Amino acid sequence: MARNREGLVLVLDVGPAMRSVLPDVEKACSMLLQKKLIYNKYDEVGIVVFGTEETGNELAREIGGYENVTVLRNIRVVDELAAEHVKQLPRGTVAGDFLDALIVGMDMLIKMYGNAHKGKKRMCLITNAACPTKDPFEGTKDDQVSTIAMKMAAEGIKMESIVMRSNLSGDAHERVIEENDHLLTLFSSNAIAKTVNVDSPLSLLGSLKTRRVAPVTLFRGDLEINPTMKIKVWVYKKVAEERLPTLKMYSDKAPPTDKFAKHEVKVDYDYKVTAESTEVIAPEERIKGFRYGPQVIPISPDQIETLKFKTDKGMKLLGFTEASNILRHYYMKDVNIVVPDPSKEKSVLAVSAIAREMKETNKVAIVRCVWRNGQGNVVVGVLTPNVSERDDTPDSFYFNVLPFAEDVREFPFPSFNKLPSSWKPDEQQQAVADNLVKMLDLAPSAEEEVLKPDLTPNPVLQRFYEYLELKSKSTDATLPPMDGTFKRLMEQDPELSSNNKSIMDTFRGSFEVKENPKLKKASKRLLRDKPSGSDDEDNRMITYDAKENKIDIVGDANPIQDFEAMISRRDKTDWTEKAITQMKNLIMKLVENCTDEGDKALECVLALRKGCVLEQEPKQFNEFLNHLFKLCQERNLSHLLEHFMSKKITLIPKSEAADSDIVDENAGDFIVKQESMLES
Amino acid sequence: MELDPDDVFRDEDEDPENDFFQEKEASKEFVVYLIDASPKMFCSTCPSEEEDKQESHFHIAVSCIAQSLKAHIINRSNDEIAICFFNTREKKNLQDLNGVYVFNVPERDSIDRPTARLIKEFDLIEESFDKEIGSQTGIVSDSRENSLYSALWVAQALLRKGSLKTADKRMFLFTNEDDPFGSMRISVKEDMTRTTLQRAKDAQDLGISIELLPLSQPDKQFNITLFYKDLIGLNSDELTEFMPSVGQKLEDMKDQLKKRVLAKRIAKRITFVICDGLSIELNGYALLRPAIPGSITWLDSTTNLPVKVERSYICTDTGAIMQDPIQRIQPYKNQNIMFTVEELSQVKRISTGHLRLLGFKPLSCLKDYHNLKPSTFLYPSDKEVIGSTRAFIALHRSMIQLERFAVAFYGGTTPPRLVALVAQDEIESDGGQVEPPGINMIYLPYANDIRDIDELHSKPGVAAPRASDDQLKKASALMRRLELKDFSVCQFANPALQRHYAILQAIALDENELRETRDETLPDEEGMNRPAVVKAIEQFKQSIYGDDPDEESDSGAKEKSKKRKAGDADDGKYDYIELAKTGKLKDLTVVELKTYLTANNLLVSGKKEVLINRILTHIGK
Repeated sequence: MARNREGLVLVLDVGPAMRSVLPDVEKACSMLLQKKLIYNKYDEVGIVVFGTEETGNELAREIGGYENVTVLRNIRVVDELAAEHVKQLPRGTVAGDFLDALIVGMDMLIKMYGNAHKGKKRMCLITNAACPTKDPFEGTKDDQVSTIAMKMAAEGIKMESIVMRSNLSGDAHERVIEENDHLLTLFSSNAIAKTVNVDSPLSLLGSLKTRRVAPVTLFRGDLEINPTMKIKVWVYKKVAEERLPTLKMYSDKAPPTDKFAKHEVKVDYDYKVTAESTEVIAPEERIKGFRYGPQVIPISPDQIETLKFKTDKGMKLLGFTEASNILRHYYMKDVNIVVPDPSKEKSVLAVSAIAREMKETNKVAIVRCVWRNGQGNVVVGVLTPNVSERDDTPDSFYFNVLPFAEDVREFPFPSFNKLPSSWKPDEQQQAVADNLVKMLDLAPSAEEEVLKPDLTPNPVLQRFYEYLELKSKSTDATLPPMDGTFKRLMEQDPELSSNNKSIMDTFRGSFEVKENPKLKKASKRLLRDKPSGSDDEDNRMITYDAKENKIDIVGDANPIQDFEAMISRRDKTDWTEKAITQMKNLIMKLVENCTDEGDKALECVLALRKGCVLEQEPKQFNEFLNHLFKLCQERNLSHLLEHFMSKKITLIPKSEAADSDIVDENAGDFIVKQESMLES
Repeated sequence: MELDPDDVFRDEDEDPENDFFQEKEASKEFVVYLIDASPKMFCSTCPSEEEDKQESHFHIAVSCIAQSLKAHIINRSNDEIAICFFNTREKKNLQDLNGVYVFNVPERDSIDRPTARLIKEFDLIEESFDKEIGSQTGIVSDSRENSLYSALWVAQALLRKGSLKTADKRMFLFTNEDDPFGSMRISVKEDMTRTTLQRAKDAQDLGISIELLPLSQPDKQFNITLFYKDLIGLNSDELTEFMPSVGQKLEDMKDQLKKRVLAKRIAKRITFVICDGLSIELNGYALLRPAIPGSITWLDSTTNLPVKVERSYICTDTGAIMQDPIQRIQPYKNQNIMFTVEELSQVKRISTGHLRLLGFKPLSCLKDYHNLKPSTFLYPSDKEVIGSTRAFIALHRSMIQLERFAVAFYGGTTPPRLVALVAQDEIESDGGQVEPPGINMIYLPYANDIRDIDELHSKPGVAAPRASDDQLKKASALMRRLELKDFSVCQFANPALQRHYAILQAIALDENELRETRDETLPDEEGMNRPAVVKAIEQFKQSIYGDDPDEESDSGAKEKSKKRKAGDADDGKYDYIELAKTGKLKDLTVVELKTYLTANNLLVSGKKEVLINRILTHIGK
């Protein structure tokens, strides 16, 4: 077995008590094997079931005992058959002994690999651990388990146990369960073994780490308190999103007779001077440009190299602060974990001292990090303590990236206190809400917490792999509906809601909502509930209708914008004429029922003038202006005239529009004339 | 395409499908900065950050705008802005009004997108101001000059550009004169007040919002009720809200402007299903998103004009050009399983885009590693569903009171996610709102997104070293000494981004000198070198490392620390000394021998025997 391959033995309880959850066990295991087929196809897998009527394992043949344990598959490279096996697990009839099964599994691993491949050998036990185990021939069960565990540790075999207990039947004895749990913890303290307790099919699916990712450090170096005091640390990703596999593009262009066709698709980029031209620029004739305001600034690679921000690798401590200063929602990215270099005992101690003291005093550390030499950016983040509960695990820190000043958009929002009281809950309503928040409880105790992220599978991935499997059997398979197990993730737990039915009803009754009747039908969307995720039009970003140039009337509200939009319309020739006429009418209207200072009218006149200059329609404007002034005189609207004067509105002279019959010098005459009239 | 060295380190998980996090330029903004340049702005001063220095109000206003311009060009370069002084000696405006000066640079309209040159020249405005523009009170009773009125007019005329449907239009008015017509005769005063207010109202009727940034005298608060209350149209409720924002210090003012300049943009409307039959309406806002240098535009290196990139898919077998959408394949079980693009998007479509409440948990259930990407801020809206705000506030208060958060399923992202809804109470300071009241939606990882690193570093049955009481005490002293005073998240500018824009500005303006950018993220050396701090660190170090001059010795040869490759962090732990004693080193492979050598900084060259001898000599010592 080459390095970076894993040897895994699945040890599955198929006894009668497990029967109801076996379909979920099958799903979880099948997902695990499917992913191995895609990502780790050289991994080797064996399958052991226990609780079966019959017995079929090497130890039973060699030395006897080990009854009701069946090896479904010896350890070998993962293949389709393995995936088939786990999907049709036998339904057992007797209560099996998980210790026997573990020993069988361990024996398989040792026989297969011997002492080699430490840490690459793994056993995965799925059981309800509710059946009694047999007493050993000599010594106590504790001794026996410790011996097995120590052997596992020595052989470098890891173990994970998933204990599924949702609907324990009455015949399960509390004492047995207690004993079994105790035995499992013995494994944890003596070997690399962990036990996960799950109580629902959903968390069962989530509890099995189905994708094996080799952890890679993204940084190994110093956590620098100051230049004289450094702690050696390694940094890993603690959280990284698992995505769908990257699917390749496929070409069906090759003739079916071509046996050597690769069916690959190459992506080609052409750089052209303009969209229309056929002239293609060679990649080396390009230069990078960055937007800066309206400009695109070209920067040569040399310039970038010499000028860019340069950094030295390292984590530097900036200081400590109260944990309450760092609000949870400021975490910007997926999370890293900072562990002390395992070979440096002093560093382990230093991290332990700081982490424990941080936890004790509710402090966090602010650090500046550059993960690689010459990396073009730095991050500032927060270290929070991760004090280990297990004796054999060193203390460490979690690292979360914090935002820079540029990353924050501080919009003010109205205080809730300042909202109108009709929008605020009264005391009775508040009490109802308190009750809901208390009673719709997903974590009555730490053990009973449901929907833990750590045990919640990704529904999209689950669905993809299911579909993939179906398609491998029949190319035209249709997409299966969402697995029912995921209802618990996507909807409220019916049991929880029915237990709290009265609270929910009261809440509904106290907080009546209604659609705003003033809204147009078209914009209502709330009650639509179509099952389409992100593609739902209404859920997209709000975009504005940008077709402003379709304006066909100069309205009262924004006459200038309307006019400008309309006069520049080019889809028909008569828009200019229409815009000018409408604007004139509007100005007359404004002047006639002049209520304000005439500013609006004045601005409209200015807009009209500008428009007429642009469209070379000087006559239209000049005649109108004369007419307007006459009107003002007649109606004695002197303040309006005063206004117009202060703006020095003139007729459109020849220099501005060739068609004008007003010479430049006379354009202003008009004002003078008016002025003298005013004075007189 | 070439690989950009920085790109490698950029977030590999930027999901092209997920445009939620890219701020959409759904609309742009037109902004006019109106700055009072009256002599009073120059002679009034405020204490600056350094207590003994005084800064003029004019300086404060100008520096705020300079900073804001830089933010504009980086974050929202499509916005158009104009800068307009009033109460000036010179005049420069299209309307040719006295006392109003529209500041501009060549190759730019009066109101236009900010350019590098504008920013540069505006940075120097204080030096040239007196010569070029000059300060002069422009409100004169006798001549009925009213520069405030004129300024509003000019600003309004500038803001005529652009349609209201696609743009927000705003004026920011900086002044320290709370009673501009105070010294006039009653009749004149009334008249001027009336016309000016009408002027402002007209602008507001046109959809332009006027925002006031008042500057207070050290000895006299800016009294907004004298005049400006009516100008900006505040009613008495809002007045109390407005008052605390009357800033004195430069920093406060910058904060103020920063908060107000960015228009609030709803990133997403969300329907929150509390239970069957009760859904409320929320708006989601992206208040925190990493600012990035912007995308690369490829240019033709000879003309510096943007090139058009054309992507084509070519079948490698036939050379034929493929048309979108192209089938995808996943090799599986020795076959190629085909998926159409449509099928793939069907797979991802598993829910409505709604946010569904699942239940509540105590805040302690939300671990530090339960995070994937920046949070989204939720605030209720009664616009479509009346009653939303009330239900939201009730839940918000209950969650804060009971120290619980809500767990919900959110279908609006790809893939849909479990989210934590954490209620945030409003936090205010002198400078205004620090944290808005609302709920932060935190995206939770799924089981398979979480890695078990702890396990990797566990040694079964071997207790990990733990700090002693003395070490804890020393750590505690160290932490007290290194306490960051007044630390606030996001107080640092991103040095890489600052440098990037400094480079762009220098190239854009053909400057030889690069504007100095300071890396604020480096530790405070001066503070670190204070004797008390040095002593605390020294004592902590002493408690951990003892007198060992060698800071960190390996805790034994058996703990190898070769330059390991991925994933094998815990294999090959041999007891070399034991093996050497029993002469079994030769049973190891060359690679394993080299592990020891690298761990001990020895040469790794030579044949196997040479290697064994080298190890023996080393152990012998």
